[in-house]
Amino acid sequence: MTAFKVPILKVGDVLLVSIQADIDDRAVLELQQRVLEQIELTNARSVLIDISLLEMVDSFTGRMLSDIASMASIMDAATVVVGIQPAVAITLVELGLELKGVSTALDVDDGLRILKERMKEKRRKRTVGADEHATA
Amino acid sequence: MTSENNTSQAAINPLTIKVLTEREDEILEIWMENRVNSSDFRETLISGEELRADSQSFLRAFITAIANSNVEEMRGKEFNAIRRLLLEISEARAAQAFSPSETAFYVFSLKESLLPFLRDAFRDDPETLLEELNKLSKALDKLGSFIFVTTIKNRERVIRQQQQDMLELSTPVVQIWDRIICLPLIGTLDSRRTQLMMERLLERIVKTRAEVAILDITGVPTVDTQVANYLIKTVTAVRLLGSTCIITGVGPSIAQTIVHLGIDLSGIITRNQLSDGIRQAFEMTRQRVVPINAPPDGEPSAEKGDTDDRVQSTYSESW
Repeated sequence: MTAFKVPILKVGDVLLVSIQADIDDRAVLELQQRVLEQIELTNARSVLIDISLLEMVDSFTGRMLSDIASMASIMDAATVVVGIQPAVAITLVELGLELKGVSTALDVDDGLRILKERMKEKRRKRTVGADEHATA
Repeated sequence: MTSENNTSQAAINPLTIKVLTEREDEILEIWMENRVNSSDFRETLISGEELRADSQSFLRAFITAIANSNVEEMRGKEFNAIRRLLLEISEARAAQAFSPSETAFYVFSLKESLLPFLRDAFRDDPETLLEELNKLSKALDKLGSFIFVTTIKNRERVIRQQQQDMLELSTPVVQIWDRIICLPLIGTLDSRRTQLMMERLLERIVKTRAEVAILDITGVPTVDTQVANYLIKTVTAVRLLGSTCIITGVGPSIAQTIVHLGIDLSGIITRNQLSDGIRQAFEMTRQRVVPINAPPDGEPSAEKGDTDDRVQSTYSESW
C-alpha cells in the first residue's frame, strides 16, 4: 500500500494542511513531523488544519491534533483546526478529548480570519511563547 | 338434569347456550339497563347507542365463543375473534378516557345480567346452575382481565407515542441573526433528549455557519449534575466545531443548584436573560444594535450614515 501523504501548502504566512481521507496512526505521526519541519523551513507563523472530510477521529488522532497545536505554538506558530464535523465533535467529547488549547473554526474562511486576528494581536502585544487558546 | 357429558367437564351445558342464544336480546336489554343505572356509568364519555352497539357485538361473540370452544382454555378461533373485538373496544375506551378498571368492570358486569336467565333455565337443578355459573364467570373473568391488560398496553403505546412527539417538538433550532442561532430548551432534560438536542444543534451550526449558538434554559425547571454534564458536553462540542456557545436563562434557583452541586461552569459563558445572550452574541460577531436616527455615542461607525440599519455590521473593521 502506498503511503498516503497529506498535502501541506504554504499560502502567505499560513501553512494549509488539508486532511482529505481517514488517516492511520503512522500517517498522523508522519504528518506531525512534516508540519513541524515545514514551519521551520518556511518560517510560517500559523498552521491551519482542515479536517472537514474526516468522518471519524479516534483518540490517537485527537491527541495528535492537540499535540501538533502545542508543538507549533512552542515554535511560535498559531494553530487552528477547522471543519470538525458534528459526529466527530460528539465522539471527541465522549472520549473526553476536549482539544483544550486548540483554536477551532467552522471553515477555512473563518480559520484564516482567526489566524489573522491573532497575528495582529501578537504584533501588538509582542508576546512570545505559548499563546493562550483564543476563541474569536 | 346432570351433566351427561363427563368427559369434557369444561364444555358449557347445551341448555345454557340455547337459553343465551334465544334470549340474547333480553339479556342485552337488562345488561344495558344495569350499565346505564350503575354508578360508574359515565354518560359524558360514551353515548348510549355506542355502548349498546359494542355490547351487542360483544355478547354475540361471547355466546358464539362459549358454544364452540373450550371455555377452560379459551382457545379456538371464536375466542380469537372475541379477543380482537375486545381489543377494538378497549382501544375505543382508552381514547374516551375510561380507566382500565372501568373497562374491565364493564365486562364483569355481564355476569349479573346473565344470572336471572340461567336461574330460569336451571330452576330445578341448582347444582348444574352453580356449575354453569362458575364456568361462565371464569370465562368472563379471563376476558375482563384480558381487556384490563390490553387497555393498559394501549395506554402505554399512547404514552410512548406522545413522548416521541414531544421529543421531536421540543428541540427547535432558530436562527436569530446572520450566524447566530438559538436553541430554546423547555422541560426536563434526559440523556435521550440531550443527545438529540446536541446532534441537531451541531448540524445546524455547520449548516448555517453559526458563529454563536445560544442555549436558552429558561424553560428547564431544574438542573442536576447529569443535566449540567450534558450542557458542558454540548458547549465543548460546539467549541470543537469552531463556534461559541452561550447559555442563557440561568435563573437564581439554577445558579444556586449549580454552585451547591459544585459544578464548574467557569469556562462557559452564562447569562441571566436571553436578551443579554443575544447582546453578547452581537458583540462576538462584531455587530451592534443601535436605535434608528440616533447616532451611537462616540462610536466611529456612526458617520457612515446608514443609521436606518438597525444592526450595523462592523465586520470589515476587524480586518
